[in-house]
Amino acid sequence: MKLSIGGVCKAGESKNYHTGTWRTFKPVVDNDKCIKCGICERYCPDFCIDIKEDGCHVNLDYCKGCGICAHECPVKSITMEV
Amino acid sequence: MKERISVIEGSMAVAEAIRACNPGVISAYPISPQTHIVEYISDFVADGTYKGRFVRVDSEFSAASAVHGASAGGARAYTASSSQGLLLMCEVLYNSASTRLPIVYTGVNRTISAPISIQPDHQDTMALRDTGMIQIHVESLQEAYDAHIQAFRIAEDEDVLLPVMICMDGWTLTHAFEPVKRFSDKDVKEFVGEYKPVQFLNPKNPITYGAFADEDKLMEFKYLMVQAHEKAKEKIVEVASEYKEKFGHYDGGLIDEYRTEDAEIIVLAMGSVVSTVRAAVDELRESGKKVGLVKIRSFRPFPKEAIIKACKNAKLLAVIDKSLSLDVGGILVSDVKTTFYNEDKKPLIASFIAGIGGKEINRKVVKDIVADAEEIAQKGKVEKDSIFVNLNTQFI
Amino acid sequence: MKEIRIHGRGGQGSVVMAEMLAIAAFEAGKYPQAFPYLGGGGERRGAPVQAFARISDKAITLKEKIQNPDFVIVQDTSIMDIVDVFQGIKPGGTIIINSNKDKDEYKVDREDIKIYTVDANKIAIETIGKPIMNTTLLGAFAKITGQISLEALKNTIEERFDGKIAQKNIEAARKAFELVRGDN
Repeated sequence: MKLSIGGVCKAGESKNYHTGTWRTFKPVVDNDKCIKCGICERYCPDFCIDIKEDGCHVNLDYCKGCGICAHECPVKSITMEV
Repeated sequence: MKERISVIEGSMAVAEAIRACNPGVISAYPISPQTHIVEYISDFVADGTYKGRFVRVDSEFSAASAVHGASAGGARAYTASSSQGLLLMCEVLYNSASTRLPIVYTGVNRTISAPISIQPDHQDTMALRDTGMIQIHVESLQEAYDAHIQAFRIAEDEDVLLPVMICMDGWTLTHAFEPVKRFSDKDVKEFVGEYKPVQFLNPKNPITYGAFADEDKLMEFKYLMVQAHEKAKEKIVEVASEYKEKFGHYDGGLIDEYRTEDAEIIVLAMGSVVSTVRAAVDELRESGKKVGLVKIRSFRPFPKEAIIKACKNAKLLAVIDKSLSLDVGGILVSDVKTTFYNEDKKPLIASFIAGIGGKEINRKVVKDIVADAEEIAQKGKVEKDSIFVNLNTQFI
Repeated sequence: MKEIRIHGRGGQGSVVMAEMLAIAAFEAGKYPQAFPYLGGGGERRGAPVQAFARISDKAITLKEKIQNPDFVIVQDTSIMDIVDVFQGIKPGGTIIINSNKDKDEYKVDREDIKIYTVDANKIAIETIGKPIMNTTLLGAFAKITGQISLEALKNTIEERFDGKIAQKNIEAARKAFELVRGDN
C-alpha cells in the first residue's frame, strides 16, 4: 500500500475495520417489546442498527457497545449485557 | 499579445491578476493592509467581470476554511490576509497544505501585535513557515502581478499540489501606485490553463479528506511533502522562464542574483527592500566596492543549492531579516547558516535585524550595513550573533 | 527625479492626490510612483497623514521613504503646529500651503525655500461645494512646478471621477492654477 496524495481515502474504507472488537457490553433486543419506532437507528453513532419487518437488528461487527440505543429506547426493549 | 500599462495600486495589480486566473471561489475578510485587494475583487463582482463565488466570511479562520472546502470540492480558490489574520488562519493552513490543496493566498506582510501596529515586516508570514505551503516574496508591484499568475501554475502542478502564498510588504507594495503592465485576461488564462483537479469531493466517486494516521504513517506522509517541495523548486524555475517567454517579464526563479560574479560582500534580502538594496549596490559599485545582491524569492522551498552556487565565492554574506526568532535572531539568516554549515567552502555570515515594525531601510541604511559587513570581513570573524540596525537606544 | 511630500489629515484625500499626481505625470510620458505613510495607527479620519510621489525620466525601483522632497504640499495649516512641514526640503525647494494668508505670514529660518500660498479651501467650497482641496492644490502645483500640465491633470480628474463632479474639480484646479501667489 502506498500513501495517497493528501491522505485521501476512498469512500467506505472504514468497513474494513471491525470496531465491534472494542466492545464490552452489547445491546440485546427484546423484539416482543420493540415498536419499530427507529429512534435507536437514528441515534446509533456507528450506523449499526437496522429496523426491519420483524424488529430491530444490531450489526455486532461494528457496534462499540456505547449503549446510546438502550438509553434512548422509549419502550426499554434494549438492554446492555456482557 | 494584448498588453496595457497604466498607473495602478499594488492591490489592484493583485486583484487583476486573480481575476484573470478566474478562481471558482474567493473568500474575503478585511484586515489592513490587505483590504484593498478584496475590495477591488468585490468591485469586479459588482461590475460582472468576476463571475466566480465571492464568499464574505466572519473571520480569517472561516476565510481559510472556505477556500479549503472549495479546493477540496474541486474549485480553484484564493484568499488573502495580513498579520493577526494570517495567524488566525494558521491552523487551517497546516491542514490545507497537508491535504495538498493547491490554494493561492496573498500574505500581505504586516507586523504582529503587541504593541499594535499596522507597519510592514515579515513576522506574520514567518509564523506560517512550517505549514507546508510554498512562500514566494515579491519586491515590486509588477512582480506581485506576475507572481500571482505564476502561483496557480506552481500550486496546481501534479507533482507539487501545495498551496502557494505570495508574500508582499503591506503599504510599501499594496498601497503604492506605479505603472504596471498587465496582459489580457485571455492570455493569462491561456498561460495558467484550465484547472483540472487531480481528486476532489464528488458524490459520484466519493472520497474522504482528513483521514487518520498513526505513527507508522505520519512521518512518511510528511516525507512525501518534502519531496513535493523538491519538485516545487524545479517548477518555480520552469514557470518563471515560461512566463518570461510568453510575457517578457522575469523577476527571478528561486533567487535572483545582482552583480554577484566578483562580489566580496553579498547582501541577502527578501521583499520590497530588495529594490532599495539593488540601488544601494549600484551606488557602492560606483565607489569601487565589490558588493552584490541575492534576492531570495522562494523562501519555502528554501533554495539551498542556488544560494550556495551564487554565494560560495564571497567573503561575507550580510543577511537582512525583517523578522525575529527571539534569542536565536533572524529567521532567514538561520536558514542561510544551515545551508552552508556542511559545506567545505563557506563565507562568513553576518545577521542584520532591520525593518522590524516598519523601521525604514533606505539606501543609507543598506550602505551602513555594508560598511559594518566590510569591517567584520576584515576581522575575519563574526563576533555578534545579530546586529540590530538603528536601534533607538534612548528608549531602552 | 523630483520628489513630492503631501501633508494632510485623514479624509482630506492626500493619498488620492498623490495617486492623481502619479497618473498625470505618467500621461506626460514620465515614470511616476506614489505611496502613503500612515503612521500613528493611520487610516483614521483627522489623523496626520503623509503621502509621497516621485516623478522621473527613468523607471523608479526605489522603495524607500522620501527624506528630501523637492516639493511639499500642505493641505491643512492646523497640521503645522504638530508636524514640521519644512523638514528636509531640498535646497531651493518649494512649499505650497493651502492658506488665505500671504506667504510672508509663514516664517522659516531657511531663505532658499520658496513659499506659495493658495486659498484652496475657498476655491473648493465655492466650486466643488466641499472642503476637499486635493484637486485644487494640484492645479496650483501644476502652475508652480510645471511637473504636470493642466491638461494632463484635467484628463486624470476625468478618469478618476464621474461627470459633474469631475467638471467641478477641474474648474477648481483651473482656478487655483490662476490664483496661486508667492515667489515668481
